[in-house]
Amino acid sequence: MFIFIIKRLFIMLMTMMVLTFIVFYLVNMEPNLRKLAKEQSNNRITEVEVQTWLEKNGYRRPIIERYGEWLLNLSKGDLGYSTRFRKPVNNIMPQRLQYTGILAFWVMIVMVPSALLIGILAGMREGSKVDRGLSVVSIVSTATPEYVSGIIFTVIFSSWLGWLKGIAKAGDVTFINFTLPVMTMAIYGVGYIARMTRASMTEVMTSQYIRTAHLKGLSFHYIVCKHALRNALIAPFTVIILQFPWLLTGVVIVEKLFNYKGFGWVLIEAAENNDIDLLLSCSLVSVFIVVVTQLISDIGYVFLNPRIRVN
Amino acid sequence: MQYIEAHQVFIEIIMRLWLVWLCIFVIMVSSYIVRKRLGLYGKIYNSFTGVIGLCIVLFWFLCAIFADQIAPYDPLQQFYQLKRSKVGAFDVETGVTFLLGGDNLGRDLFSRMIHGSQTVLTIAPAATLIAFLVGVTLGLPAGYYGKRIDAILSFIANLILAFPVILLFYLLVTPGIRETFVPVGMAGLFFLFPIIFLFLVLCSRYRERPVLLSMQLSATLLVGVWLYASLVFNADPFHLLSLEPNELNIFAAVIFASSPGIFRIVRGLAMDIKTRDYITAAQTRGEGVWYIMLWEMLPNIRGPLVVDMCLRIGYTTILLGTLGFFGLGLSPESSDWGSMINQTRKYIRIVPTMVLPATLALSSLILGFNLLADVLREQSLKD
Repeated sequence: MFIFIIKRLFIMLMTMMVLTFIVFYLVNMEPNLRKLAKEQSNNRITEVEVQTWLEKNGYRRPIIERYGEWLLNLSKGDLGYSTRFRKPVNNIMPQRLQYTGILAFWVMIVMVPSALLIGILAGMREGSKVDRGLSVVSIVSTATPEYVSGIIFTVIFSSWLGWLKGIAKAGDVTFINFTLPVMTMAIYGVGYIARMTRASMTEVMTSQYIRTAHLKGLSFHYIVCKHALRNALIAPFTVIILQFPWLLTGVVIVEKLFNYKGFGWVLIEAAENNDIDLLLSCSLVSVFIVVVTQLISDIGYVFLNPRIRVN
Repeated sequence: MQYIEAHQVFIEIIMRLWLVWLCIFVIMVSSYIVRKRLGLYGKIYNSFTGVIGLCIVLFWFLCAIFADQIAPYDPLQQFYQLKRSKVGAFDVETGVTFLLGGDNLGRDLFSRMIHGSQTVLTIAPAATLIAFLVGVTLGLPAGYYGKRIDAILSFIANLILAFPVILLFYLLVTPGIRETFVPVGMAGLFFLFPIIFLFLVLCSRYRERPVLLSMQLSATLLVGVWLYASLVFNADPFHLLSLEPNELNIFAAVIFASSPGIFRIVRGLAMDIKTRDYITAAQTRGEGVWYIMLWEMLPNIRGPLVVDMCLRIGYTTILLGTLGFFGLGLSPESSDWGSMINQTRKYIRIVPTMVLPATLALSSLILGFNLLADVLREQSLKD
């Protein structure tokens, strides 16, 4: 187990290195650098001035040297300087991540219990009316991406009924402010987790030991709660953990849609303005989240399911 | 500007789509009659939800095919009198009627929605198909051989999967990147895979019949090179096919984002069935490895792959919508649904219904593919 984790950590580090280098290479391509130079000098500069600007600010040094420098600064905990916001990235990131963290927390709080409930109710009696109905609900929910449901909800609840706000202010956790973004993100995710839970639940419900429990004369309610649930929830655990990376993409869309100034909003700003250091930090954070959740899901799966052993 | 009644709008739309209804009816009835002989496709008709899903998908495909007949106006034509009009608006002087209202520039939303299906339903299935060929050509050897090949390819696949899709699009689909070699290089690499795939399929099968093989290979090569040159380098000698640089960029990015997922599925399935008896039998007969992979394994994993293909076309549609929503890649005038959502969502407060045609069209198409995938999975598990 120990060697397994060490190996995984090494691969994680490799992945992060390679990916940040790819991002570094892409944002430092000639057209992107020219765009950056023009944007930093308010667009009114000639081609010669672009070249001198790039030369002066050290963008003409070999790419490997600059990437090495970035890595060195990173190891000291310095993420660089944001050209878009004109302040160090270290001053921007924590606040934005906290805002997005709050949003993601509430999404999980809403999404996971409702998805598990739908999945368990549907999988309890396979092929029943409840199962058919809930399956259609979860398929519809997976077919509605955030930018569709978010807009439809805004039309209904904000423009038409006027109950909720169409713009979400960051850090202000109130019902009026937070419901729309949380609902939008949760709905797209619910269907997927619910379907996984349902599949796992139906598999457990047809297994031998559940039949034995039936034959012993235990009540259906008791069997579901005491025998089936614990085994049926192992598979969805991995799915739920692996939802975090997906939340990242969802966060970017929802934050743009509701103008919520969190991590996703910063990522878009950085990408649209070719803010090299900020975009690198954003990619670092998102790739870190992806690889860490993969590791947690693997380790957690082993702990939850004693039949699986890693060597 | 005056308005026609809601029920008139409804009737008018139904009438406009008569060709689509007729075709759906003909296809459905004829397939239903011979459903026993149609294999997996015929089994869709055993399930009510399957028929619904098929209807939705067929509906949009037929809309894309007959877009010019259905749409009353050109998707780019602007009628300033009907700017930001509501559902069923018509101009008394010119008699122009906007069934679903007009957008901010006075373009007919109904025509744009119908024409938008063309963009979505050419790029999404085509990109998914090429991504599948990439995934299959790399996934089968990775699963069959394992070891070094598997380790390298899986590392690359996981690398791409660790990227958030949005970040990938913001890096790979920009006007700036189009000036560099990246999009053409990526598309050049991915568009090679269909040719490689066909070559491997033919070579492994007809190795003992060189005359037939050489004829097939030269035909494949001829068509392949023509398609390759015209799509990737925009150098079609006959000027029949062409792909705009931004479309090529989108193609490359979408294939890049979705092929690792397919690779993982194919690899998993290959690992699962490589220990079966018929594989051992083929190995004992002395068949080549590519023959075993492409003619023994691939047909046996087609069930899960068809299901995944349906789901993935839906997912690619979501990706295309995301691109449009962020205003990446597609031209700003484009009537694809994601761009339409992006163009109209600013005016929610003025005309709330303006954004509905594109959103409903997009999610109904995805719903259709998802329902179809669900039923196909259920039916293929039955036997």
